[in-house]
Amino acid sequence: MSTLEIRGLQVSVNTDVGAVEILKGVDLTIKSGETHAIMGPNGSGKSTLAYSIAGHPKYSITGGTVTLDGVDLLEMTVDERAKAGLFLAMQYPVEVPGVSVSNFLRTAVTALRGEAPKLRTWTGEVKDAMEALKMDPSFATRNVNEGFSGGEKKRHEIMQLELLKPKIAILDETDSGLDVDALRVVSEGVVRAKEANNLGVLLITHYTRILRYIKPDFVHVFANGKIVEEGGAELAEKLEANGYAEYVGS
Amino acid sequence: MSLLTTNYLTPTGREEAWRFTPLKRLGGLHDGTAKVGDRESLSFKGGASGVSFERISRELTTSPAETDDVVMQRVREGARNVATLTIAANTEVAETITLSRSAHGLDSAEFSRVRIELGAHARATVIMENTGDAFLAEDVEFVLSPGSNLTFVSLQEWNTGSTHLAKHHAIVDRDASFKSITVTVGGSLVRLLPSVEFIGQGASCELLGVYFATEGQFFEHRMFVDHKVPNAKSRVNYKGALAGQGAHTVWIGDVFIRAAAEGTDTYELNRNLLLSDGARADSVPNLEIETGEIVGAGHASTTGRFDDEQLFYLMSRGIELADARRLVVRGFFNEIVTEIGDVVIQDRLMDRIDGELAKAGS
Repeated sequence: MSTLEIRGLQVSVNTDVGAVEILKGVDLTIKSGETHAIMGPNGSGKSTLAYSIAGHPKYSITGGTVTLDGVDLLEMTVDERAKAGLFLAMQYPVEVPGVSVSNFLRTAVTALRGEAPKLRTWTGEVKDAMEALKMDPSFATRNVNEGFSGGEKKRHEIMQLELLKPKIAILDETDSGLDVDALRVVSEGVVRAKEANNLGVLLITHYTRILRYIKPDFVHVFANGKIVEEGGAELAEKLEANGYAEYVGS
Repeated sequence: MSLLTTNYLTPTGREEAWRFTPLKRLGGLHDGTAKVGDRESLSFKGGASGVSFERISRELTTSPAETDDVVMQRVREGARNVATLTIAANTEVAETITLSRSAHGLDSAEFSRVRIELGAHARATVIMENTGDAFLAEDVEFVLSPGSNLTFVSLQEWNTGSTHLAKHHAIVDRDASFKSITVTVGGSLVRLLPSVEFIGQGASCELLGVYFATEGQFFEHRMFVDHKVPNAKSRVNYKGALAGQGAHTVWIGDVFIRAAAEGTDTYELNRNLLLSDGARADSVPNLEIETGEIVGAGHASTTGRFDDEQLFYLMSRGIELADARRLVVRGFFNEIVTEIGDVVIQDRLMDRIDGELAKAGS
């Protein structure tokens, strides 16, 4: 049983015109097995929340705490946070030229487990994960995210989620750029990871359609750098009907 | 052997061809003051049928091309023999042919001439492995007869104190193709001049290279592709990394499309990865075009640092910073190193690259 606890998180980003405050005090607790959806308009700070928890160097933490099972994540390097059990599925996964998917996955799993996996078992795990996400076997020999379509990038992110077995996963707009079929395949992957590892999920999205496949236990509305309303799955339906108009400008 | 009588124009450093090279570090190779020994360090391995290797006295052979490089002129005058590797016409050599040099000492210079000749429709891969301590000026010539195909891999894995100047000049005839892969990861000063001269239509070349310079190393790769005839194709792709105080690399890519060279297709690319402060990468692509009737001509040059987004992505999967950097650098070089096609050599080079990166303290 794991708990990601975010308390009073304030984050600013460094720009040409100085530091700009993006997150203005975020409180959120995610436990194993729970699915939390964060919904909000563009520019509300949803991605900043995801990236600052993962430790992206662009962001400065100016206040608050983030702990995983009581351990301070903000003091850790990016790789230490991953080793602590955090995973971030990115909206725009980065190309790493010349590094094959299979080499990348093996390096990551070796780092996370502290030892190289047994080759035969690992090859089988990768093969199963790829099949489950309806990915062609040739995928493993391609360079990380290089020339991937939008859908391939997202499948690759969720494949890592299934293989690397984190405790808490943040999914940043995993639904963006996916057609209906890909959305279903990717969502099923998330649900499998949840069931297999009692994963806690923080699902960041602009739209409600992914919530048809990944049922949220809690929905948080995000606007202007903080959570402005919270509720259950029914809140998402209200947003579907009314949009974010009532939260914007507040 | 050490006395050369001919008067050559000694470079001053102001000439275009020498403007980046630290002349003081050439040990007198450029101005004729270097003490020249009587050494022939090159050895040959790979005797297959249709392949011959012999040292031909310089009086009995004529160079297929003039050279305007003063050091090469001295080499041609000073070297007693031309080590000549010949692949007979219509011979396809399955095994890689290896020419190697090792450990020759720094007290006197070696002048060396090498010629690699392929008969019509011959096909071969030649690897030149350079290790040990070198003080070497080397003139390598390639003659590719019509329809022949040569892959030439040149590995500079010298020890720290080495100085190596070389010209690699390929004359490529009709429908022949020349591919060279140059790797420079060791030595104090290495200056290589790969050049290609197309003399028959349908000829092509691919000049690939990687280099990694650390503290105090100077590596220069200056190429020249001469499109003299119509319908030839050239591709150049060199990638370099630099780390440490005084690491300096120079890449010059000169391509000349003469008036007669209609239908030319050329592209050259140089990318540099600066891994620390205090290192300098010079990169100068240069295209001279005398005809507009071409398929394409282009070039690109980039010099950048580690991409924070790549490192963040890898680290967010649990990979430590040093390992993430190693992956990115290996990936950067991978595209070209895998072209060598020999896994043992590729692994050895990648390990060396890891070592250079570790030495650079990243």
